[in-house]
Amino acid sequence: MKSISRRKLITAGIAAAAGASGLAVADRLARRYGLIPPDCGGIYGPGETLTYAAQRLITTRSLAREFPRSMISKVPFANATPPPTDAFKRFQAGGFSDWRLAIDGMVARPLSLSLADLRNLPVRNQITEVACEEGWSYVAEWIGTPLVEVLNAVGLLPQVRYIAYFSTDPDWWESIDMADALHPQTLLTWGMNDGDLPVSFGGPLRMRVPRQLGYKSLKYVVRLTATDSMKGFGKGLGSAEPESGYAWYAGI
Amino acid sequence: MSAAVPHDKTEIYRHAALVRVTHWITVFCFFALLISGAEIVISHPRFYWGEIGNVNTRPLFTIPIPASRGTVPTGYGFVMPDQNGWSRYLHFQTAWALVLTGLIYLVAGMWTGHIRKNLVPEPGDRMWRVYWGRIAQYLRRAPPDAAEAHSYNVLQRTAYLMVIFVLFPLVIWTGLALSPAFDSAVPAAVNLLGGRQSARTLHFFVSGVLLLFLLVHITMVALSGFRSRMRAMISGRVPAPEEHP
Repeated sequence: MKSISRRKLITAGIAAAAGASGLAVADRLARRYGLIPPDCGGIYGPGETLTYAAQRLITTRSLAREFPRSMISKVPFANATPPPTDAFKRFQAGGFSDWRLAIDGMVARPLSLSLADLRNLPVRNQITEVACEEGWSYVAEWIGTPLVEVLNAVGLLPQVRYIAYFSTDPDWWESIDMADALHPQTLLTWGMNDGDLPVSFGGPLRMRVPRQLGYKSLKYVVRLTATDSMKGFGKGLGSAEPESGYAWYAGI
Repeated sequence: MSAAVPHDKTEIYRHAALVRVTHWITVFCFFALLISGAEIVISHPRFYWGEIGNVNTRPLFTIPIPASRGTVPTGYGFVMPDQNGWSRYLHFQTAWALVLTGLIYLVAGMWTGHIRKNLVPEPGDRMWRVYWGRIAQYLRRAPPDAAEAHSYNVLQRTAYLMVIFVLFPLVIWTGLALSPAFDSAVPAAVNLLGGRQSARTLHFFVSGVLLLFLLVHITMVALSGFRSRMRAMISGRVPAPEEHP
């Protein structure tokens, strides 16, 4: 009886040590290959990390579905928009001619671009679906400047891992990893369905990230920051969403 | 692991440890998925068919409950508290736990022969006559055959096989189809279902069928002796039927 329990103890000890070192190796590998999301802590951290790591292993370069023109929603749904800030109202009064997009952080040449500057960069238009975490969705044509064009113009430093982006509302900001930031379908969007992007849909400038849920497609973007860590931003969870209980990675 | 090894003369071994552990993990995960799924539905209790759907399009059907978002017209004068944040985190975390538990169950269940021996209907039972016979036995509320003390009958086997090999794969597929990132890698996952909103509606219906199974399952457990069935699924043992040697 005694020898059996001792053998069991040793076996269990070896198994636990192997499991712990296996987890440690997995953790190091996951960190090196960028498979750990900023909101990896807390009781939901394991599930969130599994989701993000699994998606990053299968979806780095895959393209979001694009649709034929006939599938564009006749009456898209603008969703509730927060009351515009005073800063936004001033831009709106001036017809957005003073709107600037600042790009700073770990870049070689910080820039401040007007909407006209953005339109002079290469343009991409795509017909993709906006899917809200609530469950509803619509399809629209989005016209804009691929984020990667702007990032190439400022020259990212090699250690950059995230692009944080901010709206006119200081409480409303987001970030994405480089797989989505350098993705050809991630657009700094200024046009919708052959016209200017309406204010209710995020005009004059909205980040569209079609491989993630709608809340990553931040409206009223005025600033981009390149960074190697999200620790210094807000509570360090990656964006404003995890601070109110929502996952940072919204590719599901 | 699978044979009916008697503990003592008055008990028989009913459920292997693998079956018991995976069963209770599944119970926990399923309840978490059910509650969090219901919370997510409350934020938009309208269902659509096809690719798109929102408050500006005609729904396939609407659940007549208040919503947790003010943008949804429900006819109620108030908005429920928004619980989507933790609901979504919990939904995906328990989905992972359930999928990994299911994989362990499947691999071990095939390895030990549990699925073949305990779940696939026995050759002599694969006839409509046997199915109708057992249904009639249930309807008459007749006591089960002695063999059912240590083995599932043909209706139980078929129901469990359907849950494991049809309903769970379907609910996983329709759920995955709601992931915009997964759909970018495997567009067929959502396109074959008829679009994003069809996938969402099917996910809801398949969850409903799973809930129906759960209700029938609990009812049958209660009717056949709640305490002894719970004991069997916890300790693995049931009292041996008083019978011939």
